Amino acid sequence: MNEFDDKSVEQIEEHEYTTLNLGPTHPATHGIFQNVLTMDGEIIVDAVQTVGYIHRAFEKIAERRPYNQITTLTDRLNYCSSPINNMGWHMTVEKLIGVEIPKRAQYMRVIIMELARISDHLVCNAVVGVDSGALTGFTYLFQWREKIYDIFEQICGARLTTNIGRIGGLERDFSDEVYKKLKEFLHDFPKAFTEFSNMLERNRIFVDRIAGTGPISAERALNCGFTGPNLRATGVDYDVRVMTPYSSYQDFEFAIPVGEKGDTYDRFMVRQNEIWESLKIIRQALDNMPQGKWYADVPEFYLPPKEDVYTKMEALIYHFKVVMGETDVPKGEIYHCVEGGNGELGFYLISDGGRAPFRLHFRRPSFIYYQAYPEMIKGGMLSDAILTMSSLNVIAGELDA
Amino acid sequence: MAELTNAYIAEKIRNQFGDAILSASEPFDMLTLVVNPSIAHNVINFLKNDSEIQVQFLTDVCGAQFPEIEGQEFCVIYHLHSLTNNIRIRVKAFIPASNPTIATVSDLFASANWQERETYDFYGILFEGHPNLTRIMNVDEMDYFPLRKEYPLEDGTRTDKEDKYFGR
Repeated sequence: MNEFDDKSVEQIEEHEYTTLNLGPTHPATHGIFQNVLTMDGEIIVDAVQTVGYIHRAFEKIAERRPYNQITTLTDRLNYCSSPINNMGWHMTVEKLIGVEIPKRAQYMRVIIMELARISDHLVCNAVVGVDSGALTGFTYLFQWREKIYDIFEQICGARLTTNIGRIGGLERDFSDEVYKKLKEFLHDFPKAFTEFSNMLERNRIFVDRIAGTGPISAERALNCGFTGPNLRATGVDYDVRVMTPYSSYQDFEFAIPVGEKGDTYDRFMVRQNEIWESLKIIRQALDNMPQGKWYADVPEFYLPPKEDVYTKMEALIYHFKVVMGETDVPKGEIYHCVEGGNGELGFYLISDGGRAPFRLHFRRPSFIYYQAYPEMIKGGMLSDAILTMSSLNVIAGELDA
Repeated sequence: MAELTNAYIAEKIRNQFGDAILSASEPFDMLTLVVNPSIAHNVINFLKNDSEIQVQFLTDVCGAQFPEIEGQEFCVIYHLHSLTNNIRIRVKAFIPASNPTIATVSDLFASANWQERETYDFYGILFEGHPNLTRIMNVDEMDYFPLRKEYPLEDGTRTDKEDKYFGR
C-alpha cells in the first residue's frame, strides 16, 4: 500500500509560511510591542507576542517611594487617561488610612475622571477610524482632546502625565477659568462628536470593514480576564463604577452600554456610547456640585497652604514631613479598583507600616487582556489584526508597567 | 439559600477543605483565605464551580516576598471575583524559598497565563503545569529575579535617607 493513501490532502500539501514582524516600532502597533506572525499569504496562522519593551519596574520602584511620590508612577501606566490612575491610587491610600474625603472633592474627581475617560475613548475610536482609512475624524477630534488637556492644565498645571490631586483631596479648588472651559467644552464638544459619529457609526464602508473582525465570546472574554469596554462589547455589563461605586458614582444616573458579538464594531460602539454617558455624568456633577472643602482633614498627608508654611510652626512641620515622606501608614493589605479607560485598574497594596509600600501590585487591564490577542486574530487577515489591536486599545505603558 | 456573607463562604470552604484552610480574615471587608499551597488550585476550582458562590472571574494573580518568615518566604495572591454575587475573595498561599512551587491555575482561568509568567519573572515562583513558564517583562538572559527583597533598588552609598537623620 502506498504511504500517501492514508494521509489527507492537507498533510501532503506543503505550506510555505512567511514570518512577519509586526512591531516593535511599527506605527500601526500604537506602542512599543511586537508580534511575530506566521503568515500564509495574507492569513495569520500563528502569532507570538513579545512585551516588556518599556518595562520600567514600577512595582520595584514603588517599594522605595513614599506614598505621595507613587502618584507620578501611576501617571505613566495608561498615559491616555492618567487622572484615573492618579485618583485610583489616591483612593487606595485614603481607604487604607481610613479617610473619607468631602463630597465636593469626590464630585470634582468624578468630573476629572470622566474627562479623562472621554479623551481615552476619543483617541481609541479615532484611531480605529485611521486604521480603516479615515484620517479626518482623528485630526478633527484631536483638537477636542487638546481642549480636555487645557482643562487639566487649568486644574493642575500639567496636560498628559497629570499627577492630579493629592492624597486626601485635590490640590486646589476649581478656578472660574476651569468652569468656563468646562462649560465651553460641554457646549461645543457634543456637536463635533456628533459629526464624527455621523461620519462613521452608520457608514456602510466603515461598518462593512470592521464588523465581524476580531470577535471574542463573552465566556471566553471573562476567562481571559477582559474588563472595561472590551468586555462590555461582548455583552457582559460589568462596570466597576456600578458594581463597587467609589467617589460617589452611586449619585449619578448613567447607563452601561453593551455590545453583542465582541467584535471591533461593538468595541467601537461601546466606546462611542460611553462618551455620551461620561458627558451626562459630568453635567450632573456640575449641576449638583456640593459646597464645602476640596480636601479632607489629614495634615499628615495633605500639604498645608504655602502661606501657612511660612508663618505657622505646625504647618511647617507637616510640610516637611509630607515632602520628606516621613508619615507612617497603618499596617494592612488592601485591594482597590477603579474603572480605568480600558477596564478594571486595581491597586493591591501591602503596607508594613513603613514610609513606603511593602508591596504594591498594579492590576493592569491592558496587560491581562492583551494575552488573548493571538486567538482573536488567528485565521484572519493581517489588516484585520491591525484593526483588532487598535480597537482593543492596548496602551504600552500600562501593558509593561 | 442562605445569604452569601463572607462568614458563610468561609464556613463553606472550611467544611470542604478542613485544616488545609489555615486562616480566614476580612481586611477591608474582603474575605481573605490563607490556604495550604498544595490545595490552592483545588480551592480556586471549588470556588469557580460552586453553584452558589460562582466565581467566574480571576481578577489578579501576583506574588510577594516576606524574607523574615522562615519556610514561608514567598506568597502567591489570587484575587477572585464573583460577578453574579459581586463578592471578591482573596486567596493566599505561602510557599518556602527552598521550593517555591505551586500548581498553575491557568487551566482554570486563561488570564492567569501571563500573570503567572510575570510572577515567575519577578520572584522566581514556579507554577507547575504552566504551558509556557518563561520571562515576560525582562530579558531571557537575566539570571536573577528582580523583585526579590535581596536586590535593593538604590545603591547602599546613599545616606540622605538614613534613620539617624530622622530620629529613628
